Amino acid sequence: MVAQMIEGWNLVIGIEIHAQVNSKSKLFSSSPTDFGSKPNSQVSLIDAAMPGMLPVINKFCIEQAVKSGIGLNAKINKKSIFDRKNYFYQDLPQGYQISQYKDPIVGEGFVEIETENGQKKIGVERLHLEQDAGKSLHDQDPNFTFVDLNRSGIALMEIVSKPDMSSPEEAVEYVRKVRSILRYLGTCDGNMEQGSLRADVNVSVNKPGNELGTRCEIKNLNSFKFIHAAIVYEAKRQIKLIEQGESVNQETRLFNTQSGETRSMRSKEDAHDYRYFPDPDLLPLTLDDDWIKGLQDSIPELPDQIKERFINEYSLSSYDANIIVSDKATSEYFEDVVKNRNPKLVTTWVTGELFSILNKKNLIIEDSPITSKQLGELVDNIENGKISNRQAKEVLEEMCESGKGALEIIDEKGLSQISDENEIESLVDNVLNSNPKNVKKYKNGKEKLFGFFVGEAMKLSKGKANPKIVNDLIKKKLSQ
Amino acid sequence: MKNNYTLKSLATLLENNKISSKELTSEYLKNIESGKELNCYNTVSKEKALIDAEKSDERRKSQNLRSKFDGIPIGIKDLFCTKGVTTTASSKILSNFVPNYESTVTQKCDDAGLISLGKLNCDEFAMGSTNKTSFFGPVNNPWKSVNSNNKLVPGGSSGGSAAAVSGDLCVASLGTDTGGSIRQPASFTGTVGLKPSYGRVSRWGIVAFASSLDQAGPITKTVEDAAIFLDIISGHDEKDSTSSVNPKENYYENLNPDIKGMKIGIPKEFRSDKLPASTQKSWDECADLLKINGAEILDISLPHTMSALPAYYIIAPAEASSNLARYDGVRYGLRVKGNDLIDMYEKTRSEGFGDEVKRRILIGTYVLSSGYYDAYYIKAQKIRSLIKSDYVEAFKKVDAILTPSTPSTAFEIANEPSDPVQNYLNDIFTVPVNLAGLPGISIPFANDENNLPIGLQLITNSFEEQKLLNVARNIEETINYSETPEKWWLK
Repeated sequence: MVAQMIEGWNLVIGIEIHAQVNSKSKLFSSSPTDFGSKPNSQVSLIDAAMPGMLPVINKFCIEQAVKSGIGLNAKINKKSIFDRKNYFYQDLPQGYQISQYKDPIVGEGFVEIETENGQKKIGVERLHLEQDAGKSLHDQDPNFTFVDLNRSGIALMEIVSKPDMSSPEEAVEYVRKVRSILRYLGTCDGNMEQGSLRADVNVSVNKPGNELGTRCEIKNLNSFKFIHAAIVYEAKRQIKLIEQGESVNQETRLFNTQSGETRSMRSKEDAHDYRYFPDPDLLPLTLDDDWIKGLQDSIPELPDQIKERFINEYSLSSYDANIIVSDKATSEYFEDVVKNRNPKLVTTWVTGELFSILNKKNLIIEDSPITSKQLGELVDNIENGKISNRQAKEVLEEMCESGKGALEIIDEKGLSQISDENEIESLVDNVLNSNPKNVKKYKNGKEKLFGFFVGEAMKLSKGKANPKIVNDLIKKKLSQ
Repeated sequence: MKNNYTLKSLATLLENNKISSKELTSEYLKNIESGKELNCYNTVSKEKALIDAEKSDERRKSQNLRSKFDGIPIGIKDLFCTKGVTTTASSKILSNFVPNYESTVTQKCDDAGLISLGKLNCDEFAMGSTNKTSFFGPVNNPWKSVNSNNKLVPGGSSGGSAAAVSGDLCVASLGTDTGGSIRQPASFTGTVGLKPSYGRVSRWGIVAFASSLDQAGPITKTVEDAAIFLDIISGHDEKDSTSSVNPKENYYENLNPDIKGMKIGIPKEFRSDKLPASTQKSWDECADLLKINGAEILDISLPHTMSALPAYYIIAPAEASSNLARYDGVRYGLRVKGNDLIDMYEKTRSEGFGDEVKRRILIGTYVLSSGYYDAYYIKAQKIRSLIKSDYVEAFKKVDAILTPSTPSTAFEIANEPSDPVQNYLNDIFTVPVNLAGLPGISIPFANDENNLPIGLQLITNSFEEQKLLNVARNIEETINYSETPEKWWLK
């Protein structure tokens, strides 16, 4: 669909991801970083930029940034510098943001994404650390803007991609992949709704063979849906402009989530001169080899490696493996279930029925009503033929509602039993026909043999026949 | 009242119960009252000082002293944030600011039992060398020329700190030095001013001017007192990332005026025809004296000295323009209402800052602007590196360097040059020391033909404060400078 709209045009997309470092305290102060706290309840003297206050680097945040760099296959810079980015705004207490400009902590790297045409490498230009600003609240008072500094000073990683993406789908896949890597590493919780991960997207269009077009930056996109929609809208807008003989202005734009449109925020001419210079309150950050090596050794298995392992160990398709490993919790869940079970069956049940339930209930896998152990039990009962696939779906739904285990539900509902009268009748017939002598004896008054017939019928059904129906039918047949 | 109190002598008087902290504090409060014309103090913490003095006397009675110097009253430059006491940086924009926290240095003073008499006047945000840029008016130098009754500048920016010690409005004070702001006023007032190595003293809680250059230090009557005070305030502070982990020494205890075999350098680039003859004479005499006392005097070269001032007036304003961005009327300090945010910023900062501060913010903003950054800021940083290496080379040959502290003695307030660049020349001998991050001390050597103090500056390698104090002590011991100003304000 998108391809059609922009047919005949190249899209060039680059993305800056702002990922909040998963850390209990801020980048340069010891204030807590909990989301949703009372306004201005997590503000130290440093965060409020009181006179004479000095930043002190939070080593844990450095560690998280370096881990992220390793996860992005990137060069770790042993010396990096914190710079001041100067501008005035009410929610920027220092009058500058401490960021990294010329010498970031992490240099070039890449991530691989899955596209229609197979694997694609997306280059990462750099990752740097910076402080977040506070929050301006414009809707609290008719005359005043209120400022909440809880966010002020929280550590962000800005991950800048190369302009390597050429479709909105690739852009979304890239952000998904980076988010997934950070979540595996535990360096960012990736919560886009809470703004822990947001993206600025640079888009330009050009005719194949022509030089690159002028780019526009769309700021602060905090869902995959918005990233996709904003790129589609922006590409179409730019194409339309060019086709009308107008030119695209280099500018920063905002995406309206209601209308799905982008609108100009400021043009290049209005761009700030941030007057970057090294922050004299902080010494250059130097990392030593042993320390970096130690972090490298502590890096957990990342999605690409797990995917490969799943394909090899469990013979998953690349497609299924990709879906499962895209989220750390999902791959852990999958591994829990698949242990000693049929991988194909488990894959179907995780990516099929379980995902459908989670989607319906709008839940993440961490909050799944079905634990991996419970799903395993269900799969066991399918595997040993106790219940059919259709019955299993019923059981799963019931598990979801009641929280009960699969076996319990199977027993309660008698799902494992044969209750079909015709089926049981043929069983009973079979038993009676193969024991004519005993039938005769019974009919001659040896009524104790009733139990024998029931037992034989049950044995024949491997215990699955509904005993009541068996009883009834035998009684009926023998009285004929 | 003429006194010859020092930190050292007061410690003895207190120890021998010759005087109580409360009596002493009252005495100084009285001096402050009668010395109002000097305009040394922005804030006098009268009640708090007396209460603190009483507490100190109680500690003395119960033999629970915080240090040997417990109970001695001092003055604090109004650039150090002090809990519950107005801290203004001598600026209108902070004229109503009362911190709820205490700077590391003043906390250390408190930990030693020193009593704060109040906050000392200074140039606005420590920008100036005459104390004329203060929102609270200029400080007057306790010294006057024998040939004139006109008031003289005390130097700056720590003008209040220097004048207060010189005029006995406190026995010792805290100053800060970014380009000479301790040493130059010390020189103008006949006091001892010590700027420690960059990183020796914590900057936490001191209103920042230029972060890579700012250093706090003492202004005292004697070199011994400077050593005592440095012992109290120095040391690593984990709240200041630029604070050094180099272990500090016991400067006072280890004070040793023996300089036999030491090499003292005289930098040729500091020589000038424009230097007053009396200053040149003092410089020469001091070199002779050191030679007599056993040191070897060597001519040395610090080739990039003349580039120091221009580099300084790029780097310091650049940092200041950013450091002062926080005074925006949003969270604390002055706010002048405006129609919108930008209007409020403009009105607040236009009214809140004085001319010199605005000038430096403009210069700093300019030199950091894109398109100019490389030509100014980067170039200035290169010069800074060259200056540093000048000193590295010099200290391969000599133990200490001797120069004048200032190109002139104190001048009349009315004679302050209207051209700011002329004014900046006051710092020509002190600025290179800040750029190189070295310790420097100004000590009074003699008085000139107008009976105004001449200060000489000693410089040593980084973290060689002990050596610096030793050489200074040698000179002090030899010359026994004991001139004091006539207290014209008492008449």
